[in-house]
Amino acid sequence: MHEVSIAQEILTIVESCLPEGNRFKVNWVKIELGEFSNILPEPLEFGFEVLSKETRLSGARLLIEKIPLTVKCSVCGIITTLTEPFFYCPLCDSPNVEILTGTEMKVIEIEINEKDDAK
Amino acid sequence: MSLITLERKILEKNDEIADENRKLFSEMGILALNLVSSPGSGKTSVIEETIKMLKQKIKIAVIEGDCQTNLDAERIDALGIPVVQIVTNGSCHLDAMLVRDAFEKMDIDNSTLLFIENVGNLVCPAAYDLGEAMKVVIISTTEGDDKPLKYPAMFRNSEVLIINKIDLLPYIKSNVKEIIKNSHLINPNLKVFTTSCTSLEGLNEWCDYLLDKLKI
Repeated sequence: MHEVSIAQEILTIVESCLPEGNRFKVNWVKIELGEFSNILPEPLEFGFEVLSKETRLSGARLLIEKIPLTVKCSVCGIITTLTEPFFYCPLCDSPNVEILTGTEMKVIEIEINEKDDAK
Repeated sequence: MSLITLERKILEKNDEIADENRKLFSEMGILALNLVSSPGSGKTSVIEETIKMLKQKIKIAVIEGDCQTNLDAERIDALGIPVVQIVTNGSCHLDAMLVRDAFEKMDIDNSTLLFIENVGNLVCPAAYDLGEAMKVVIISTTEGDDKPLKYPAMFRNSEVLIINKIDLLPYIKSNVKEIIKNSHLINPNLKVFTTSCTSLEGLNEWCDYLLDKLKI
C-alpha cells in the first residue's frame, strides 16, 4: 500500500528535473520496477494519475518496465531468472545465490513536448 | 519532442537520509535494529522483555512507530527507558526522515541499543531503509507457517527471525520447523530465535546475541 508514496517520489524527482517555465508538458515518464520490488503497477498508476493532476505532470502517462528477478549462484556460477522468489540455484540446489536484478525502482527517462499554445 | 534521461532511484531521498542516520549511529556506537512484523506478532512485547533483561547491563532507547496512538510509547516509558512515538497518521511504514526527526528529539548516549519498532505490516516497511544496522523480522506461531513464502521481501531483507508466542504451540496447528524451512528458502542466512514473552523461553539466547553484537 505504499504505492502512493512511491508515486509522490516519482513526481518530486521529475518535477525537479523539468526545464523552467510553463512551456512544456510531460508526455510520459518511464520507470523500471523489479519483480521483487513489492510494488503493484495498478495502484502505482492510479496514485500517479491522481497526484499529478494539479502539477506540471498532469496528463503524463507512466510507462512501467518490469525487470525480472535474476540471481547468480555463488557455487556453480549459473545465472537464473526466478519466476518465484525461492532463492536457490536450480542447477546445484545451493541456497547461496546473489540477487543480480529484480529489486529496481528507478525513474529512467521522460519525454516532454512544447505545449501547443506556447508555440 | 525531447527526451530527458534521469536514471534516478525512486527512493533516493530516503536512502540518502538513511545513510546519514547509519553514519551517525555508527559514530555514536549505537546499534539500531528495525523491528518489522505483521500487527500483533509481539514486537512491543519482545522489546519490553528485552529491556527488562538487559537494562541493568546496557543503555537502551526506543522509537515507536504506529498509525495511531501513543500506547506503545507509554508501555516503554513505564520501564524508564527513553522513547519517542512516531504517529504516521495512517501511513503504512516508517521512513528515514521520520526516524531522523524522532532521533533528534531524544537524548541518547553513545553505545546504546536502539530499537526502532516499525508499523505492523509485512509488505511496505521492507522497501524503506531507515539507517538501521539490521532488520529483525518477527512472526508469531499463530500466523501460519507459510507467511515467509507469502511475504518474501521482508524475510529476504532481514538478518534475524524471531518466532514468537511459542508457548501457544500445544494449542494450535503450527510447526516451527516448517516456518524455519520456509524462511530459509527465502533467506538461508537468517539467524533464528524462538521466543515466548509469556514463559520467557528463548529470550536469554536473543539477549546474549544482542550483547555479542554490542561487543559487551
